[in-house]
Amino acid sequence: MSTRQGGAREEILGRIRRAVEGAPEVEIPRGYRTTTDVADLVELFAERVRDYRAIVHVLPAAGVPAKVAELVAGRSMIVPDGLPAEWAAPAPGVDPRSADGVLTGCAVAIAETGTIVLDTGPGQGTREQTLVPDYHLCVVRADQVVGGVPEAVARLDPARPLTWISGPSATSDIELNRVEGVHGPRTLEVIIST
Amino acid sequence: MSATFLGMPGDFPTNAARAVKDSQLRYNLRKATHTIRGKRAAVVDELPDWHELRAAGKAVKDETLRHLDRYLLQLEEAVTAAGGHVHWARDAAEANRIVADLVKATGETEVVKVKSMATQEIGLNEALAAEGITAYETDLAELIVQLGDDFPSHILVPAIHRNRAEIREIFLDKMGDAPPGLTDEPAALAEAARLHLRERFLRSKVAVSGANFMIAETGTLVVLESEGNGRMCLTLPETLISVVGIEKLLPTWRDLEVFLQLLPRSSTGERMNPYTSTWTGSAEGQDFHLVLLDNGRTDVLADEVGRQALRCIRCSACLNVCPVYERTGGHAYGSVYPGPIGAILTPQLRGMSSELDASLPYASSLCGACYEVCPVAIDIPEVLVDLRAKAPHGAAERAGMRVAGWILNDQARLARAQHAAIRLRRLVPKRLPGPLSAWTDTRDLPEIPDESFRDWWEREG
Repeated sequence: MSTRQGGAREEILGRIRRAVEGAPEVEIPRGYRTTTDVADLVELFAERVRDYRAIVHVLPAAGVPAKVAELVAGRSMIVPDGLPAEWAAPAPGVDPRSADGVLTGCAVAIAETGTIVLDTGPGQGTREQTLVPDYHLCVVRADQVVGGVPEAVARLDPARPLTWISGPSATSDIELNRVEGVHGPRTLEVIIST
Repeated sequence: MSATFLGMPGDFPTNAARAVKDSQLRYNLRKATHTIRGKRAAVVDELPDWHELRAAGKAVKDETLRHLDRYLLQLEEAVTAAGGHVHWARDAAEANRIVADLVKATGETEVVKVKSMATQEIGLNEALAAEGITAYETDLAELIVQLGDDFPSHILVPAIHRNRAEIREIFLDKMGDAPPGLTDEPAALAEAARLHLRERFLRSKVAVSGANFMIAETGTLVVLESEGNGRMCLTLPETLISVVGIEKLLPTWRDLEVFLQLLPRSSTGERMNPYTSTWTGSAEGQDFHLVLLDNGRTDVLADEVGRQALRCIRCSACLNVCPVYERTGGHAYGSVYPGPIGAILTPQLRGMSSELDASLPYASSLCGACYEVCPVAIDIPEVLVDLRAKAPHGAAERAGMRVAGWILNDQARLARAQHAAIRLRRLVPKRLPGPLSAWTDTRDLPEIPDESFRDWWEREG
């Protein structure tokens, strides 16, 4: 239910209607690219993610379980429900405040910008689980990689809470020097399964 | 910080004259603005369709503003349907009242904040403090500003006027748990802030944010950030209160495909910012409140020339290319919106009754660089000129302009005036006397040539 305290809503709407009365209608030109012509999506995605100083491995699907096992060895990891069973056994109950890291899949990945999108769907955990631990290991399947931002927006469901991740946590607030690792995971490691 | 940020006292020329004497400030600003300018240019050049994206961004915003009433109602309905609560605030006092009451209803006396221009504009932190509620800024730059008892000086990098040595001093002085051996390495400073804020994030029950975009069609809010402090505040607390200007709307989910390309590249010069969060209503069980803020925006909307300022997506590209901002810094503008966009937005939002606000339309050389880089094509010089005409002018200036108009409107009169000026040119002082000195205090008088162009043309032509 909305709060309509003291008629603020009606007053603001009235001011808007008076302000734009007689203003011309606007056509929106959509001449920009809605598909991205990229020869090798995986190669471009890997290169762009590396640009953010994330660690990237490109592997055939058969090699993923062994690589995951190698990378999570010795760490207490959150493994949410819904990941392919061969990657790792689920461990969803681990407290994110004490876990060393989290292993997830993703909803979509964007080659041109090197972005991974999580939508809290199967194998992606909650927003808290992918934020609080210091290490995020993300497995991206090649068929989840799209060319550009428009293709990703079209694939995503706005009803789900989304987190778009482009590299590890970073700040540029001190003399505009990029420093990785402020509040989010300081290490982002990505396995691209081909 | 004071509830209404008026920066330094006085008008822009006075503030600017003081700022340009600060060589440390000029050095910090020059280094920072030139770094980010270069990064922006490189990632914008990468996109073959930048001009098309810019044209679409401009039109989407204009279309939104044209039907803002309809889109706000659509947004309200969608947010409410998704379990959120929508509140409307005519001005700063009303918005602050709503937020304070919402916080009190939770029984909490502390809130964590995501960097937000809207809450700075309304002086929310000070209003909450008056109600016994402490607001903690969690963005690194905002933390530097808050700990230093300072004012933000840039939209994106509020502590841009501080260098690493100054930041180290602030942390050692004001941050109780700063490590004693803290160096001025950016990584060490960021680590100190991480440790300082970690526990606060994990125990806070209420967060306050703004939003970069709201989607009318779906009721979705969007926040772009880098550090993860935004994600912490947006997801961990039980209650989330977002205070958002009514102009931050986009009609459809699809429109994000334009703005998620325009904003990061224009703002930080990155292909994409590290983190973008979107949520619709009460996500993952959180109690969500949206406060829609007018606070002068409908007045701006009513101005046919000036309303284009409401397209602004707060990227700050105009600040980084502005030769005036580069030399004066953000404080001289006396508003949370500094630089070229501030020079047109602030006097429209606040009116031009104060000396400072009336001087802001003059805080520009009209070089046009701000228009060139603006991702939503706001013609800032056009609005500046329009506001100059509307700004109050002194009696001497009005008289001077009337005389100039009288002379320039008649060829014979102009020729006689030029001949008189040439004869008397040795008598012209470097500075004009009396009220006219306001003109020469900030400008050098041009040298008067020994022959007018018209006479030269007559003789040679």
